[in-house]
Amino acid sequence: MSDTGANPPKEFFVIEDPHHGDDHGEHHHETGTMLGFWIYLMSDCLIFGILFATYAVLGQNYAAGPAPADLFEIEKILLATFALLFSSITYGFAVLRMDMDDLRGTVLWLIVTGLFGAGFLYLEFQEFSHLWHIGATPMASAFLSSFFFLVGTHGLHVLGGSIWLIVLLMQLGQRGLTHENKRRVMCLSLFWHFLDLIWIGVFSLVYLTGVLL
Amino acid sequence: MSLSNEAADGIARATGVDPIFGKLSWGVFPFYEPIILYTFIVVAIGGGAVVGALTYFRLWGYLWKEWFTSIDHKKIGIMYMVLGLVMLLRGFADALMMRGHQAIAASGGEGFLNAHHYDQIFTAHGVIMIFFVAMPFVTGFMNYVMPLQIGARDVAFPFLNNLSFWLTVSGAVLIMMSLFIGEFSTAGWLAYAPFSGLDYSPSVGMDYYLWSLNIAGIGTTLSGINLVVTIVKMRAPGMTLMKMPVFTWTALCTNILIVATFPVLTATLALLTADRYLGTHFFTNDLGGNPMMYVNLIWIWGHPEVYILILPIFGIFSEIVPTFTGKRLFGYTSMVYATCVIMILSYLVWLHHFFTMGAGANVNAFFGITTMVISIPTGAKIFNWLFTMYKGRIRFETPMLWVMGFMLTFVLGGMTGVLLAVPPADYVLHNSLFLIAHFHNVIIGGVVFGIFAGIIYWWPKAFGFKLEPFWGKVSFWCWLIGFYLAFMPLYVLGLMGVTRRLSQFEDTFYSIYFVIALFGALFIAAGIGAFLVQIYVSIRRRDELRDTTGDPWGGRTLEWSTSSPPPYYNFAFTPRVHELDAFTQMKREGFVRPTEGFVPIHMPRYTATGVVMAGLLTVMGFALVWHIWWLAAVSFAATLVYGIGHTFNYDRDYYVPADEVKDIEDQRTQALAGAAE
Repeated sequence: MSDTGANPPKEFFVIEDPHHGDDHGEHHHETGTMLGFWIYLMSDCLIFGILFATYAVLGQNYAAGPAPADLFEIEKILLATFALLFSSITYGFAVLRMDMDDLRGTVLWLIVTGLFGAGFLYLEFQEFSHLWHIGATPMASAFLSSFFFLVGTHGLHVLGGSIWLIVLLMQLGQRGLTHENKRRVMCLSLFWHFLDLIWIGVFSLVYLTGVLL
Repeated sequence: MSLSNEAADGIARATGVDPIFGKLSWGVFPFYEPIILYTFIVVAIGGGAVVGALTYFRLWGYLWKEWFTSIDHKKIGIMYMVLGLVMLLRGFADALMMRGHQAIAASGGEGFLNAHHYDQIFTAHGVIMIFFVAMPFVTGFMNYVMPLQIGARDVAFPFLNNLSFWLTVSGAVLIMMSLFIGEFSTAGWLAYAPFSGLDYSPSVGMDYYLWSLNIAGIGTTLSGINLVVTIVKMRAPGMTLMKMPVFTWTALCTNILIVATFPVLTATLALLTADRYLGTHFFTNDLGGNPMMYVNLIWIWGHPEVYILILPIFGIFSEIVPTFTGKRLFGYTSMVYATCVIMILSYLVWLHHFFTMGAGANVNAFFGITTMVISIPTGAKIFNWLFTMYKGRIRFETPMLWVMGFMLTFVLGGMTGVLLAVPPADYVLHNSLFLIAHFHNVIIGGVVFGIFAGIIYWWPKAFGFKLEPFWGKVSFWCWLIGFYLAFMPLYVLGLMGVTRRLSQFEDTFYSIYFVIALFGALFIAAGIGAFLVQIYVSIRRRDELRDTTGDPWGGRTLEWSTSSPPPYYNFAFTPRVHELDAFTQMKREGFVRPTEGFVPIHMPRYTATGVVMAGLLTVMGFALVWHIWWLAAVSFAATLVYGIGHTFNYDRDYYVPADEVKDIEDQRTQALAGAAE
């Protein structure tokens, strides 16, 4: 086994050409990042799954306190919903611009996305502070605990996504549409659409059902 | 009972909240407990000696540069193993105290632990053994071995790997702090609500538990994501799924389980944390809270967790048995399918931990049946190992002893598990020592035996010399005898109706059983001691135990094809795989190691970001435990800023020049030539 043969037999090793060795490795890593981010999103989805389950179990335990029909202003929620849904569309436009290597267009659409996100956060903050003022706090009943945690966790995610968006805009400004930055735009895109999807669940299960029942 | 009065005083004094120091005050140091005082003195002297020695030999710089900031999966794997070993000593000290106390308390004495202290000890024992002993060992194996087995140069996200490790350390540090600053939880290892709520557990012990597991749990999830992507994306060319080594298969299933369950733990503990910190009503008795929701959620994580521990261990046995039998593994395909089936079924049995909840006969029957069904794929595995050994040339090296000890012991534990899976029987045995005996039977007989087998098996790969066999065999026999002495009496006691977690006994009838169990624990202590002696002796005699071939056991998988220890880039040339047991094929067909034509290798750079972020989060956890709000806010913000700052660093990798690769490989060529002479 210790033979120092001059020509290695090819079949047991990948013999790379010294001049083209690097491209392959880079590509390998890219696809890994996207898969890893997908798996992360699924683990996050599970956290929301637990919060949904908790809401499903505890959501009717009003403890002699207010019920959904007393609290939710469905028009405002609908407005917030549209803000978030539009932000997903505008993020889609940003990615289309990015594919054309148009930095200006990408940045502009990302800013629009961020504004829609901020609008959503503002409306949610308004709703929460209103509830707080009328005494419907998370400490009032198990229904309100699970409501605030489900909706609030989603809100915190949107806040986190917005901070990420700002950081990403700075990085785009510094380095433009490099390989790494494109990958980051795609990851945030997945994250942003994922939050939209969760919101559709929240809107249907919490708000629509709550008002209808 | 002046002790408990003083304890109550200390806690009362600790409940006042200062704006700067939170609940911290001089009263929180539990040195009125003589045991803790002496432990503290010993730890302070020992810790001081270690720190002094590191400083005297100027090793801090080396440790920081070569280990703490390392993102080499092999070094991280070894650090996980060190963490597991250190915490094993702590967790086992708890076990010895419990056995000693119960032996005295059951023989008419009062014992040396007051009830409050005893409660902390059984809680700490469970938490430490599962989260900070078994998990780090298992994760350490997966980190070290799996990338080598698939012919990769590192994991998919090397920095994340470092961060995951340090988050686990952060959790361990918080638990160790609770020993001397304040106290630990008394609510058992899973902290059932409502007892773990603020009304019944007002002390900081519960908060140590929550923040420790919250931080460590996130690390584990990240590590799970990392290793799944590594296995899916980074296998050597030709290694299709059904040509992966069995250990890699079990690592894949384990990490899928980690990703599919640890978020549940994180969410559940977050809700309990909210109940304690914000006054919400998820798991409280009043205002609509539902404690049984907690028990369901925590076991949805908790049951898959035990399979997270055992599956990689099955993988280790599946590597050891063929190697020391000189045959290929019997029933590779069925082994893979059995692993996958166990992975799925582990998600469908959680309710068997609380049949007595009263969910009704149909629900209990469903979960009883799914539980029993798991024994079928597990049984298939046992038969596969048996048939691999059948008519093989078995070499009775130390890892093989552990395998045989495992097969006998684990089957026994499995059978008592099937007994417990029968709901009517469970109503009698629930929370009894029979249950304690059962799960120690499978965790010690399965996980722990497998960890020792794996350490001895892969030690030469990691350090370049074998472990000395005599003390290894002493360790094995002490563990095996110790296990049976310690836990067979508990089966009997459980059948007689003794419940778990008792610190006082009125009847001395049970005395003899507890005394035998204490002797068993002492045997196990000797086993741990012999293992440490084994390491010490082997390091002293490393030159005669040296492995220059890289293949000391006649291994069958790719990790044995590189040198021992492997170069930091693992493989100068990525291996190309044609069949299962790739290295066996290479040896059979007389492969020739390439000695020229090296190309630059793409490698990630070391970074301190992981250590710093985990350090900041430890401070945050400590601040939250003691309600030092400003410090919690500052350390959280610092973590965030530091993490974001890291994303502005685009220079994360480099190329190892071909000349450097050539130098390292030439040394190996000479070593191999030396070995052949």
